[in-house]
Amino acid sequence: MATRKRSETSTFDLFAGGETGTATAAAPAVLPPATAQNAPAAGVPAAPTRRGKGGARGGSERGAGAAGQRRASGSAEEQAKKQREISISEFFTKNRHLLGFDNPSKALLTTIKEAVDNSLDACEEAGILPAIRVEVVPVAEERFRIAVEDNGPGIVRAQIPRIFGKLLYGSKFHTLKQSRGQQGIGISAAGMYGQLTTGKPVRITSRTAPKAAAHRFEVRINTQKNEPIITLDEVVDWESPHGTRVEIELAAVHKRGRRSVDDYLALTAVANPHLELSYRDPGGEEFHYPRVTEALPHEAQAIKPHPYGVELGILMSMLEATKSRSLHGFLQEEFSRVGAKVADEIVERAMLRPQAKPGSLGRDQAEQLLHGIAGTKIMAPPTNCLSPIGAVELEAGLRKVVAAEFFTAVSRRPAVYRGNPFLVEAALAWGVAGMPADELAVLNRYANRVPLQYQQGACAITKSVIAAGWKNYGLAQAKGALPTGPLAISVHIASAWVPFTSESKEAVASYPEILREIRLALQDCGRQLGQHIRRGKRLAEARQKSDYIKSYIPHIGEALREILGLSEARERLVVERLSDTLERSRKV
Amino acid sequence: MAASSVVKKIKEQASLVEKSAAAGDKPSLRFPVRSLANVRYDATRGHFTMKTARKERTLTVGTVKAFAQTLKMMALSKQLVDANDIATKREAYYVSKNWGEARFLEQPESDTVMDDVEALFGVNREQLGFIPEEKGGEVAGALVVIDRDPASGRQLRIDCTKFGSGAYSIPNSVEHLGFETKATFILAIETAGMFQRLVKHGYWQTARCILVSMGGVPTRACRRFIRRLADEKGLPVYVFVDGDPYGISNIYRTLKVGSGNAAHLNEYFCVPQARFLGITPQDIIDYELPTHPLKDVDIKRAKDALKNDPFVQHYKAWQKAITQMIGMGVRAEQQALAKHGLNYVIDEYLPRKLAHTEKFLP
Repeated sequence: MATRKRSETSTFDLFAGGETGTATAAAPAVLPPATAQNAPAAGVPAAPTRRGKGGARGGSERGAGAAGQRRASGSAEEQAKKQREISISEFFTKNRHLLGFDNPSKALLTTIKEAVDNSLDACEEAGILPAIRVEVVPVAEERFRIAVEDNGPGIVRAQIPRIFGKLLYGSKFHTLKQSRGQQGIGISAAGMYGQLTTGKPVRITSRTAPKAAAHRFEVRINTQKNEPIITLDEVVDWESPHGTRVEIELAAVHKRGRRSVDDYLALTAVANPHLELSYRDPGGEEFHYPRVTEALPHEAQAIKPHPYGVELGILMSMLEATKSRSLHGFLQEEFSRVGAKVADEIVERAMLRPQAKPGSLGRDQAEQLLHGIAGTKIMAPPTNCLSPIGAVELEAGLRKVVAAEFFTAVSRRPAVYRGNPFLVEAALAWGVAGMPADELAVLNRYANRVPLQYQQGACAITKSVIAAGWKNYGLAQAKGALPTGPLAISVHIASAWVPFTSESKEAVASYPEILREIRLALQDCGRQLGQHIRRGKRLAEARQKSDYIKSYIPHIGEALREILGLSEARERLVVERLSDTLERSRKV
Repeated sequence: MAASSVVKKIKEQASLVEKSAAAGDKPSLRFPVRSLANVRYDATRGHFTMKTARKERTLTVGTVKAFAQTLKMMALSKQLVDANDIATKREAYYVSKNWGEARFLEQPESDTVMDDVEALFGVNREQLGFIPEEKGGEVAGALVVIDRDPASGRQLRIDCTKFGSGAYSIPNSVEHLGFETKATFILAIETAGMFQRLVKHGYWQTARCILVSMGGVPTRACRRFIRRLADEKGLPVYVFVDGDPYGISNIYRTLKVGSGNAAHLNEYFCVPQARFLGITPQDIIDYELPTHPLKDVDIKRAKDALKNDPFVQHYKAWQKAITQMIGMGVRAEQQALAKHGLNYVIDEYLPRKLAHTEKFLP
């Protein structure tokens, strides 16, 4: 099962995990057989949640499903015929909890999340500074129409099936590059959910260039065949020069507070300082999060896996799928930081032949190869696959969402766990308006710029925050708890491969390297905060002393007047002089 | 000290503060340290005298409140003296409630400031216009006290034999009193109960003495009354208290040599001719008195006296007696004599002790 974790798509996990359950039933309907999905090199043709040029990334030239076909037995094909009968909607209904639609309020959140993630990805890949508008309009009790509109590159008709018809295809499959889209399964699932709960199609309005016409499409999903059907395609008047507006009507519940749509959008604004975001909530209230940086995030580069991070199952699949004809060539071709010399060393330690055919190597040889890798010194992976927010931008992002008296942020240098590069950023907002001083701090977690809103307790970020030792920085902290005070803590982990604890992808796994980096980032911020708090305490004391002086000196003046019969002017002079003298002495 | 001179001192001190404040300096007041550590037992004078340690209260952020209160207390004192009025310590505390932020929250705070002012000027608090609440003590015996009627100023002769089963109350101020007596000694008694017994049985008549009930640690007025009476009439003073560390080091020692708290006044408020009649630790053995074990506070007090009290340190006899008591681990009250019969104290104990006054502890 270890190989499952390597998969980046919920959909994909769902099927791998479903080998013993109902999920298997639907699998052959849309996917190659299960073993093929375990093969990392079996690139999926396109990433459905990505539009534009990024969509083709993933190495389709490797021959999609080739490995799978090799494995597919006759009986599996027969099975597949039977299983085709089971509709996608039934599958969806049975597995909605895995897809983020387990309850009506989470369904609303997931739908908006997927649409916003899509828009952000589309804009960034097209090199456009994103401006996104989100509307949630109540249409009946427990029914809403959501609209997410961006200024992205737009969609052409031909792309629509990719986006709305590939519910169960993996996205960004085994591309080692930092990306969003680790949270759900794409807008297609949201469209499916809307259609199942309201019967309404997904409506898309899009324009690809100022000179092109704007099109409005309505797309239904044929739940039997799992295919999109475009039921409407008309040219409309639309003021946007380019962009896309997606509208979905769905059964849902709108809640406020933590884990709400409102919260998600605010957090997204923090993690995406280049985003201009406006939001109209179901009550008609408008929220606006202005852009705080004009710089698009540096585009993360895709990298090959690092040998240290590879596991046995994946290695076996890679050996089967590779086009290289020799083991020596395979190592250099498929991994980062492996040149001829390093490859030689690995092969030698593994006690294998450099010219061995990768496909001919069995389980035992693969294990030998792993030992060879483990014993060889290999340079750390390249870190250009990471796209950090940046300390300045993170702080600026926080400032636009939170009103607080003090902000600090830090962006750490890249580090590596199990051969995967990652990077931690942290920010603190102290003296947050409206936060009581005697309650626990609020923790906001992000992975690859996406807020994590569930499973806080299981997350490595939470553990690191608790372990950071906040008492050193002038805060109260009960044992095993978050610190106490009007404090908002934000932690962002960026990685080509964020290790989540489970398929729901809401909690980061506790690798020692990750825990350490988060703790160091927080302590860095904590020191800044500590200085601020101490300074604040000093000022408060000074103010108190000043009040003290002001309340007692007049009595000295009064007593002297009573005893000596001073004039009022003289009394005033004495009081002023004394106050000055004390104020001066206080500052020394 | 005349009233005008007290006011003069207050004005001088206030003027120093005012000048230094106007000059942009931090004014300060210098107080004598009021504690047992700053007194010396002057054997020739027979009382505690103050050593030279002084504490300086410079006006800072930390002392501004106490500084303001001290000056306000001085102003109140001047006002009282100018108006020839008085305020009890409790009243002074209530007057401070007009001082806004500078008011006292509890009376002990105002008492302390009052004691500071008293020590600052080296005067008696009565001279500052402040009088204590507590009663000065009671007197019975063949004594005529010559006082004045407060309203008419006419002379009054108060015959202390004419109070029947009651007694004459020592007033708060005793400086103006005159005395006539044929008694041969003064017996100062700790408890009102023992005083009542002796009065009821006319002990003053049989023993030809003046009985004074101190009611615990004697007030300044009580000490001053005994002192003036003893000085003027040349009477010896014998002290009859419980046989415990409190009776010895608090009651007897304070009566005889004064206190550490108001050492500048001990010259007036002490009775150097006092001698300790009992109950001594040896009495407990000699008279087979019923006892109670010494409590922790008793032992602490006894050891403290041995270690820190300049008076005890001056007298080997006292060190021996206190050490003996600590060794015995017990104490005995005056009333313990009732074990041998209610009037045993009158018929046996006092006569036997008074037959050998030379053996009294110093």
